[in-house]
Amino acid sequence: MSATEQIIHPAATVHPIDNLLRADRFPHILCPGCGIGTVIHGYAHAIAASGLSEDRHVCVSGIGCSGRAAGYVNVDSYHSTHGRALPFALGIAVHKPELNVTVISGDGDLTAIGGNHLIHAARRNVNLNVICINNFNYGMTGGQVGPTTPVGAKGSTAPRGAVEQPFNLPYLAKATGAAFVARWTVLHVREFQDAVLRAMNKNGFSFIEVLAPCPTSFGRANNIGDGLHEVEIYRERCVIENGAQNLEELDIDLIDASKPITVGNFVDIDRKPFIE
Amino acid sequence: MAVSVINKGTKPEPEPRVRTGGHFMLGDHACAEGALAAGLDFFGGYPITPSTEIAEHIAVRLPLIGGRFVQMEDELASIAAIIGASAAGARSFTATSGPGFSLMMENIGLAAMMELPVVIADVMRASPSTGLPTMVGQSDVLQARWGSHGDYGIIAYCPSSPQECFDLTIRAFNAADQYRVPVFILMDEVVGHMAERVIIPAAEDIPHTPRKGPRHKPGEEIFLSYAPDADMVPPIAHAGEGYKVHMTGLTHDERGYPALNAPTHNKLVNRLVDKIRLNAADIVMYEEIATEDADTIVISFGCTARSARHAVAEARREGLKCGFLRLITIWPFPEKRIRELIDQGNVKRFIVPEVNLGQIRREVERMTSLPVLRLNHAGGEMPAPKDILELIRS
Ligand code: SF4
Repeated sequence: MSATEQIIHPAATVHPIDNLLRADRFPHILCPGCGIGTVIHGYAHAIAASGLSEDRHVCVSGIGCSGRAAGYVNVDSYHSTHGRALPFALGIAVHKPELNVTVISGDGDLTAIGGNHLIHAARRNVNLNVICINNFNYGMTGGQVGPTTPVGAKGSTAPRGAVEQPFNLPYLAKATGAAFVARWTVLHVREFQDAVLRAMNKNGFSFIEVLAPCPTSFGRANNIGDGLHEVEIYRERCVIENGAQNLEELDIDLIDASKPITVGNFVDIDRKPFIE
Repeated sequence: MAVSVINKGTKPEPEPRVRTGGHFMLGDHACAEGALAAGLDFFGGYPITPSTEIAEHIAVRLPLIGGRFVQMEDELASIAAIIGASAAGARSFTATSGPGFSLMMENIGLAAMMELPVVIADVMRASPSTGLPTMVGQSDVLQARWGSHGDYGIIAYCPSSPQECFDLTIRAFNAADQYRVPVFILMDEVVGHMAERVIIPAAEDIPHTPRKGPRHKPGEEIFLSYAPDADMVPPIAHAGEGYKVHMTGLTHDERGYPALNAPTHNKLVNRLVDKIRLNAADIVMYEEIATEDADTIVISFGCTARSARHAVAEARREGLKCGFLRLITIWPFPEKRIRELIDQGNVKRFIVPEVNLGQIRREVERMTSLPVLRLNHAGGEMPAPKDILELIRS
């Protein structure tokens, strides 16, 4: 047997999370260098590490590139409407509290059109794990600015640069009552995975912001050449500060190279869950 | 030492799911009791006049019988939550009125596309916009049929009395599960806020149509959430049952996976429409009085049908050949029956009184070249029997 044949032998292609991905849907739609795949990968690893049968995990997404995440994980998965992943997930989590429900969606989906649901799900402390993929823009529709776009960053609907103050998502999540709040990037693969696992083990509302490159839309408009370039920015400027208290000061400014990007597991408190 | 004296002595009776017996009840409360009797598991709603009594009544009763009541942050959330609960297997329900119904429209399309059964009571008030919040309207009937973008099938019942609010709500849950569609109970402010006698049967006499489940165990083979049976309705598997379903509002194949091409789309959307259209004979309900020899037929629904019934009875006493067709299902529209009545040959005209500017009249006009007389009010009050009688005499 030649070496080539050995490589393509099915047994040699089995990966520990193969059964957690819908490989029958590959090739996926994501662009080269996109950070969303790394997030899906981290979620799948957290499922494997959770000790819970995959039948007890459910994934819900909204709309957008990040909203396609639900379509690639091999658990009961629902690709809902734009902004409504959280109330959709609430219905599942409240009717079947034994299920571990994770919402994976984008910054625009969860914090613009779905922003009202985010603050109310956090306030209620519904047992949901929210993974908010923040790529600073609307990727799927071609790079429009949104509520996370840094001031000055360009988008197709802000050709002279965004002028609005963006959300500081961990601060928002903490202020509205989330029991677990973290911010990581797709560079921090292990830390992100660990945060997702902690969210899964928490009976309450968990919010994880994960920064991810969108080279096709945000990167191209803002002179961030490719996915790797943005990950290099993360490596140069990220500072890990678990338990950081001053969340109100931890805005992200991807454009200003002098500013650090603070990441970490910021909040982990016990609050009365929505369903005990 | 603090000693609790609550419940000392006799134990309270356990809360019954079905309140068997005779009651004097509001239409809104009868609708709520119908939902509870039908096996309601999850209610997600937002207060809005004149439907709020439904939510309030369920908030009292549902938690005591093991269900969940959540007051959501808005109607967008309410409809999304009940669809999610349905995906997890719940019989789920919300109640609203025009403005809230408008907000729900996008996700009503999602429920139709994902084929997740939900029941929505819309207690109609005078519209458009905020309109007359506490006063009657019947102007959401076309919105109920066409309100979300695209083509899809739905079912809508239109009760005329508190008793029917109870009975049709049970029917709505069964139809939603049988056909995997959103089902509407199109009440109106008059019927919702009217108190009348309501008879609730014994629990074992409440009809129950379960959802069709998978016919194999999880893992034995791939479960196809969208492979229809001969009735065009596919079996359903829920979150947590082990079938690893995927559901999306995108155009999808039988597995539930996105399939973004025109032939798949055409096939899917046609089935969503046909599963109601071609099963209409089993779904459509109407009441008919004295139509055999009628030259004038009054077609009506909801509160207006109460006036119409009086007017037709009075006209008959006067010797006028007048009949009455009351629509119990508005959607699917009883086209077949109306065509049969026309084919009888004796009908010379129809009269359609309604509290809107002619939404159902338009449906009738679509089917006949006979005159269709109108009796409309934009909302705030309903036609009196004498108004309808005058038109019959004309
Ligand atoms: S447009 Fe951006 S977010 Fe969407 S797949 Fe491409 S790189 Fe990823």
